[in-house]
Amino acid sequence: MTFNAAALLLLIAGLALIGWLAGRARSNLLAGRAGKKLHSRPQYHGWYVALWLFAPAALFLAVWSAVSPGLITNQVIATEAAQSLPEFGFERGAILSDARAVAQGKQAAVRLPAAAPLVKPYADASHKYAWIGIAAMLALALAGGLYAFTRIKPDFRARTRVEKIVMLFLLLASLVAILTTFGIVLSLLFESIRFFRLVSPAELLFGTEWAPTSGAPQPDTFGGIPLFWGTILIGAIIAMIVAIPIGMMTAVYLTQYAAPVVRKWVKPILEILAGVPTVVYGYFAALTVAPALREFAVMLGIPNASTESALAAGIVMGVMIIPFVSSMADDSINAVPQAMRDGSLALGATPNETIRQVLIPAALPGVMGGILLAVSRAIGETMIVVMAAGLSANMTANPFASVTTVTAQIVKLLTGDQEFDSAKTLAAFALGLVLFIVTLLLNIVALRIVKKYREAYE
Amino acid sequence: MNRQTAPTDWKGSVMQSRIAKRYAAERRFKLFGLGAVLLSGAFLAFLLFVMVGNGARGFMYTHVAVPVDFKAMPLTIDTARLGDADADQVIANAGLADIVAFAADEALGADGSKLISENAWKEVRSAIKDDPELLNGKTVFELPAASEVDIAAKEGAKGVLGAKVDALEKDGKLSTGIHWPFFRNADATDPAVAGIWGALKGSVLTIFIAFLIAFPTGVLAALYLEEYAPKNRWTDLIEVSINNLAAVPSIIFGLLALAVFINWFGLCQASPLVGGLTLALMTMPVIVIASRNAIKSVPPSIRDAALGVGASPVQVVFHHVLPLALPGILTGTIIGMARALGETAPLLLVGMRAFIGDVPGGICSPSTVLPMQIFLWSDEVDRGFVEKTSAAIIVLLIVLLSMNAFAIYLRNKFEKRW
Repeated sequence: MTFNAAALLLLIAGLALIGWLAGRARSNLLAGRAGKKLHSRPQYHGWYVALWLFAPAALFLAVWSAVSPGLITNQVIATEAAQSLPEFGFERGAILSDARAVAQGKQAAVRLPAAAPLVKPYADASHKYAWIGIAAMLALALAGGLYAFTRIKPDFRARTRVEKIVMLFLLLASLVAILTTFGIVLSLLFESIRFFRLVSPAELLFGTEWAPTSGAPQPDTFGGIPLFWGTILIGAIIAMIVAIPIGMMTAVYLTQYAAPVVRKWVKPILEILAGVPTVVYGYFAALTVAPALREFAVMLGIPNASTESALAAGIVMGVMIIPFVSSMADDSINAVPQAMRDGSLALGATPNETIRQVLIPAALPGVMGGILLAVSRAIGETMIVVMAAGLSANMTANPFASVTTVTAQIVKLLTGDQEFDSAKTLAAFALGLVLFIVTLLLNIVALRIVKKYREAYE
Repeated sequence: MNRQTAPTDWKGSVMQSRIAKRYAAERRFKLFGLGAVLLSGAFLAFLLFVMVGNGARGFMYTHVAVPVDFKAMPLTIDTARLGDADADQVIANAGLADIVAFAADEALGADGSKLISENAWKEVRSAIKDDPELLNGKTVFELPAASEVDIAAKEGAKGVLGAKVDALEKDGKLSTGIHWPFFRNADATDPAVAGIWGALKGSVLTIFIAFLIAFPTGVLAALYLEEYAPKNRWTDLIEVSINNLAAVPSIIFGLLALAVFINWFGLCQASPLVGGLTLALMTMPVIVIASRNAIKSVPPSIRDAALGVGASPVQVVFHHVLPLALPGILTGTIIGMARALGETAPLLLVGMRAFIGDVPGGICSPSTVLPMQIFLWSDEVDRGFVEKTSAAIIVLLIVLLSMNAFAIYLRNKFEKRW
């Protein structure tokens, strides 16, 4: 007998269904007997009973499945058989979990001989606590259900009550977003503070040497400047050199010149570029673009041309962002009042002059906002740089050389076999914090610019 | 006072050449625009072309015909045990691998066993399990070739290996067929038996969990914000955080999941459960924003009419607004889910990059997802994995594009213009 939360949840869901049927039937019956009209439709009475039956029991189930393993372990440790356990540490935990696995039937026999005498106490304890839990849960469910059942009367306002609970669910759902934001901020801050106890923030932000895996003789160094430079070089410079002109011209062509039929077909096709997973772009950059660029660089006689180059990652990332820039530019150009365009054309300007001298200057704030959003997206991009840009922290302006970025280093620091508390893993969270703050600022500024600009023409 | 200016001479050569210049600039500009569109289109076409070119071959594999004579080399097992759960182990212990290797040496010349995959005997094993009668006679098995032989047969090779492959081909012992293990197996170190089924199942489980959490939460949050929320500081905070979450880099969600789900809650590492929770947090804001737009486009007259005939605010929303907004909500959800399905970075951090040789059994067993499988294979040294990677990419792209196409179909079919 073990405590199976999923099966029990199903059980109380079944009970709740019975409660729903019973509540609905009773409200009908009472209304008929008293010859009165019901305040709420019968199914609301049903829902009222079902909710009273289900919610307290489910809540108890959640609490109990979190608490009971600890209670079981406590009881096992209190038995005589457990007195011979090692005091602390890994071995003790291993023996206990071994015994637990056998007692719960997940494992046929103990792997550690020391666990054998603990199996029976474990089985006994989990048996006992399982029964306590099930009994308490059923009692709660029945009590809740009965309470609600006795309150049913023809003029009982069941709908109002049920609707209040529905509203509560809606509110809770919208709070998940705040919880996530807080979760991100707190987990990043918490781990970063632990990192900054080991390494000063000034070193991370202004140090020029990034070598977290240097050998034992030299201490590890966590200077972030090479990473920040690599991130800017790839995400804010190379990718934007590719994405801005192509994206803008695509938007201009599709909004101003292309026939509606062409626009209708070409736009979704370009959107496919945004829908291709980043891992595919990364593979493409590493397999096809980077070797081609390296050959090109060798042909030009450029030194340190590497198969992992900033240029390959940047170009592919730029292509990925084209649809994003183009749709932002599209929106901004469309938001410019038609009268401005007509006025310019009426004065005899060609469409090209109208676009360059009227539409784009008028749409510029929106376009700038869009570009900032695109930059924030590019510097947060991970897979392309992990696969194509390399991991060596170089401070170089040579786009054919290998550079590394913040995101690539986060992945590198966290995917080795490291204990969680080492400075290396904590450094990943500090880098994450920097990345989060920078992208957040970019987004806030960009959204503000876009919003202000929209208001100007409304 | 009237200012006298000479009328512009539009027909004069100065103005004519100026106009010609302006028109030329106009044409050039238009051409640039067309060039930009074509360039991005060409890039997409090139990408797809490279992937399909490399990947189409990944679905095929070279097989070598090897006759195995069980009369000459009997496999001594109790045929009654072939139906048991541990039949695989029984056959392996009886030494089938050696028998197959010996048969290959005999049929293909010295070192013939190196020409077939080291896992080829497993194919023989499943054939025996299907038909124990094979043990009484001589059968020709089409066994998967070794990875190098497969590449040599597809691309042509020089040297000793090339000569051998050519000889085999001349004897008619090589055949190419659809590589079923690719669709049936989980990851393996040998490209001859590595498959995507494990990753595909992991992806399905992960996305299922993500959908189960993100869809209800996202829709309910959107309903609250759009229909009921009072304008105050709290709802502003909710709104700001949703908009920001939609723009937070995905890897940050991986850090959050690592710190909270794995180190704090101690949920099972590298499992579809943790992966799904991570992707749920990531997609929820996308679903909220799409749902809010869909809800906004339901005209107020419908709400007023429902209220007018006596519906309560909750009934208005759940009986009228939600059903009308549902096509739009579903479109946004499918697009968000497709994005989550192609996501790799956050899952890297929660441990889903480990080598998993088994098909995942449940939501708490270690597993990997399709994009992660692509990433892992792209790092493999064995050249046989290059085309496997591209083949896996083709599968992923087909899944994603059909999801997106379905979303667009849904939008066109059900969206109403009010």
